[in-house]
Amino acid sequence: MVPLYWYLWLGGVVFAIGVFGFLARRNIIIMFLSIELMLNGVNISLVALSHYMQDLRGQILVFFIIAVAAAEAAIGLAIIIAMFRNRDTLHADEMAEMKG
Amino acid sequence: MNEINVSMLAPLLPEVIMASAGILVLLVELVARRKETAGLLSIAAVAVAAYYVPHSFGKSFGGMFVSDGYSAFFKFIFFINLILTVLLSMRYLVIEKSNHGEYYSLVVFSTLGMMLMASAGDLIVLYLGLELMALSSYVLAGFIRHDARSSEAAVKYFLLGAFSSALLLYGITLVYGLTGTTDVSLIGAAVVEKGLSTPLFLSVVFLMAAFGFKTALAPFHMWAPDVYEGAPTSVTAFMSVGPKAAAFAAFGRVFLTGFGSLSTDWTGILVVLSILTMAVGNILAIQQDNIKRMLAYSSVAHAGYAVLGIIVGGAEGLAAMMNYLFIYGFMNLGAFAVVIMLRSEGVRGEALEDYKGLAKTHPFAAAVMLVFMFSLTGIPPTAGFIGKFYLFKAVVGAGYAWLAVVTVIFSAISAYFYLRVVMYMYMLEPEGEAVTLSLSPSLGLALLITTLVVILIGVYPSPLLSFARLAAG
Repeated sequence: MVPLYWYLWLGGVVFAIGVFGFLARRNIIIMFLSIELMLNGVNISLVALSHYMQDLRGQILVFFIIAVAAAEAAIGLAIIIAMFRNRDTLHADEMAEMKG
Repeated sequence: MNEINVSMLAPLLPEVIMASAGILVLLVELVARRKETAGLLSIAAVAVAAYYVPHSFGKSFGGMFVSDGYSAFFKFIFFINLILTVLLSMRYLVIEKSNHGEYYSLVVFSTLGMMLMASAGDLIVLYLGLELMALSSYVLAGFIRHDARSSEAAVKYFLLGAFSSALLLYGITLVYGLTGTTDVSLIGAAVVEKGLSTPLFLSVVFLMAAFGFKTALAPFHMWAPDVYEGAPTSVTAFMSVGPKAAAFAAFGRVFLTGFGSLSTDWTGILVVLSILTMAVGNILAIQQDNIKRMLAYSSVAHAGYAVLGIIVGGAEGLAAMMNYLFIYGFMNLGAFAVVIMLRSEGVRGEALEDYKGLAKTHPFAAAVMLVFMFSLTGIPPTAGFIGKFYLFKAVVGAGYAWLAVVTVIFSAISAYFYLRVVMYMYMLEPEGEAVTLSLSPSLGLALLITTLVVILIGVYPSPLLSFARLAAG
């Protein structure tokens, strides 16, 4: 049996990789993927905790997170396409029409 | 296990009405020749939902959904926000060539998300409400599809919003792991029992960062100026009041009910955030020459004032915060209504320069703007003064006299940029071609309501104050 804290470390590390990717990368699609990575880190931790505590709430929350992430992807990609049509760029540093 | 039956839905009646209204508006929009019909329908739905709010007190779904005085007060803020936003938008969307009925449906769904956040007795419901509110407002921010600034604002809002909800989720996961529940009041009991530990403190920090993003507290405010400037003005008005108030509602409930026993450990951080927010908001607003951007920094500063209510805590602090957010809603929507009025075909009307000599060319518009600027500064006899006064009273009463002094100093700084608008309107001569006002009946009505309420609360505040105290009690 794999101990609980292995899963929690895995979830935490996946989440941290996501945070790092979001802060370090400048391509909007990659930044968006990093957010998905953060959500999956959360999902791993929740499922592990839920199984360990024999409590279903964590798994219910995971289902909600997966469903919301799908909606988020649909809306996010639509917004990114709308911006690409106006600006021809996917680079976060070139989104600088407004500053100050 | 609880049986599931229809009577469980009774406390959710206002939410059910709003959800049906959102779908109905979407359908009506398909057949209606005039898109304003959809807007009027959403206002009607809000009136019905508002009627049922006081009749729907109670808990449902095993305490996951809580309808009480606290949530009811916030729901009224959201309803007012929706009604005024719809009134502001009708003519504005035509000018922006984006008059699509989906707009009103998104506004209704976003409001529904806020209502769920205010009523969330469980972190799962809080998360779902937050996402419903946020996903609808991402789309609203990018609603003018042919405008690069609008889509840029939407992308920035989306990326930082999604990032902050991931932080919220990690915070929720840690709390769940430590306490074994996601119910806010059970978390409160478990926290009292177990006391503070490093992982628990980490989860408090994650949750604070997530709420900081949503309420635009510094240093999590950096999305706000860009998003507020780029988004359609009516949407900026909507976003600067509703989602902020909803995030404060959830912030207050989670921190005071869930982590109330740890308040000595987190108020210190919150005091620092509050002072930083007031500093960043008020000082950076000074150098703005775009009025939307200036109002964005001003809304950051106002979040810094409102969070004082959570620092004070208890019924007194919450009442002061709710009272402040209610008043802030009216004065901020009013100021944005004037900004929208200056936007006409081919003229953006967002630069501070456009306000030069407005008192000579359009004395009425200038006088109304004067009221809102005085109110935002906090000068009596406007509502803004009442809001700040009761907030300071609560802060001093809780033994933070020095914090009240700091706040007063920052609000003195804010007088510089608010009154500069007044100076431009009244003391400078109009330059070049006079701006044309795009005044429509609905916009006029919104201006009338906001001006009257701002002055009325300033002169006779006791009903609002007793309502807020009752709701927080």
